[in-house]
Amino acid sequence: MNTTKMDRNKGNEQQIQNKISVNDLNLFYGEKQALFSISIDIREKGVTALIGPSGCGKSTFLRTLNRMNDLIDGVKISGDIVIDNENIYRSNDVIKLRTKVGMVFQKPNLFPMSIYDNVAYGPRMQGIKSKKVLNQLVEDSLKSAAIWDEVKDRLKSSALGLSGGQQQRVCIARAIAMKPEVILMDEPTSALDPISTLKVEELIANMKKDYTIVIVTHNMQQAARVSDKTAFFLNGEIIEYANTETIFSMPKDQRTEDYVTGRFG
Amino acid sequence: MPNHSNEELVSQIESSNKRKYFLEKLSEKVFLFCSLLSVISLLLIIGFVFYKGTHPFFAEGYSFIEFIFGLDWVPSEDKFGILPMIVASIFATIGALIIGVPIGLFTAIFLAEIAPKSIARIISPAVQLLAGIPSVLYGVFGLAIIVPFLQNHLGLAKGQSLIAVILVLAIMMLPTIVTVAETSIRAVPKTYREGSLALGASPIGTIFKVVVPAAKSGIMAAIVLGLGRAIGETMAVILVAGNSLVLPTSLTDSIRPLTTNIALEMGYAFGTHQEMLFATGIVLFSFILILNLVLAKIGSKGGK
Ligand SMILES: Nc1ncnc2c1ncn2[C@@H]1O[C@H](COP(=O)(O)OP(=O)(O)O)[C@@H](O)[C@H]1O
Ligand SMILES: [Mg+2]
Repeated sequence: MNTTKMDRNKGNEQQIQNKISVNDLNLFYGEKQALFSISIDIREKGVTALIGPSGCGKSTFLRTLNRMNDLIDGVKISGDIVIDNENIYRSNDVIKLRTKVGMVFQKPNLFPMSIYDNVAYGPRMQGIKSKKVLNQLVEDSLKSAAIWDEVKDRLKSSALGLSGGQQQRVCIARAIAMKPEVILMDEPTSALDPISTLKVEELIANMKKDYTIVIVTHNMQQAARVSDKTAFFLNGEIIEYANTETIFSMPKDQRTEDYVTGRFG
Repeated sequence: MPNHSNEELVSQIESSNKRKYFLEKLSEKVFLFCSLLSVISLLLIIGFVFYKGTHPFFAEGYSFIEFIFGLDWVPSEDKFGILPMIVASIFATIGALIIGVPIGLFTAIFLAEIAPKSIARIISPAVQLLAGIPSVLYGVFGLAIIVPFLQNHLGLAKGQSLIAVILVLAIMMLPTIVTVAETSIRAVPKTYREGSLALGASPIGTIFKVVVPAAKSGIMAAIVLGLGRAIGETMAVILVAGNSLVLPTSLTDSIRPLTTNIALEMGYAFGTHQEMLFATGIVLFSFILILNLVLAKIGSKGGK
């Protein structure tokens, strides 16, 4: 964790910029503390994986980054999360934050409307009305999500008629349509079959040159395959945060080693 | 177990199985009997009403067209026209819908989506309770509060009027609409809301663009049930309608809807007069049937 401290030093020479800086973040569900003094810097353009046994606070942490926990009654948060030099919990513009920080959920959650309307939903909510602009945006987003060829002939039919894997990629397209800078993914492949999983992983690999991606996964191989950096969570704390290679080949902490070698969790 | 030999156990299980099968058969028969009973009584009622109500047109030479479009209802002079009542029923129902549906839906949305839990927990059961109040009490309320209010503030000679009926019916249909719509809005998966909010939609935008459309079929059901309540309502309406036999031309006219016509006259009617009241019932019944079919169509389209 020394590295995280050093990254934040201004004088430090860096090729890779930090997009998100979290400092001493604590989160309570009512009386119950779920996150303990989380500090982590997340690099711009690249994939950061969050791993750890279930119930250790990965989703909770991820959802602090676009303030989705605000929806839950009784959540208390202390500490700082800075995205692009802006403290997101100091500003009240949640909508702006969420247009910048998109999210893909564990289960595909397309709305019961057409594929087109799903992808156009976010831009429309931002007030974009022009048919031409929307058409282009929908097409571009679906192409970026590598699903255009599969759905281009059925844009007007219900999105819920697609397979689970296709739905999840349309969910990613829907997030991309907002032109976000950060995309949060909470176990995006846990409800998918192996082939769909592979497609989504390929997609993530292609997206990382354009987006800052933070992905929660319980699948260690997946973390190893897609991510540049990995943070290991345990009981609401970050135990270790380093380059993915390091975490999987020579972790510093015994608990990390136990987890990544499958000895517990 | 040591006392039981294997054979004893087997025979015990067999006999208990036999008993189970017997009970199974018996309860099937009971269910069948009950459902037949309700279907048969329904058919009997409909058959009886139709038999009585169509008799004048088939056997006594009355014209059905004149019955539907006739302006005068004077049984003593053998005049049976129900157009004013049809129009009164339609106006009263549509008016009640125009007022009741938006208010009911906004209330349902408020309770399900916006109100703090502590408030919703008090109001929702209270609204449900309102649905159970006997309709005549709504009529009494209308007579005691709404009618004098209209008389005093609109300068009407008689407060009993189309607008009074509309107001009473709108209030009456509210609990039904609110309760059913609230339930269906609450049933919309949380993941839709999260998905929408995560896309930078505002909470209100989320409600109107995602939650309400997803609850469309339930909301349609709420409107149908509210409508059924309004068009079939009799007791409350008798008290505030005024019951004049004129074609309503303004909100302040005293009206007589189809239901009240039946209720007011059935007690002393006989012969053709009585049969014409049954015919009025058929018209009412057809209305409700058509409305239900139309709205069920819309609802099933929304569900897909
Ligand atoms: N809405 C909530 N209310 C109360 N406790 C919660 C809520 N969501 C999660 N928790 C608790 O917070 C802890 C972390 O949960 P979560 O972030 O979902 O873990 P993970 O995603 O790593 O499996 C768990 O102990 C869980 O029970
Ligand atoms: Mg989780």
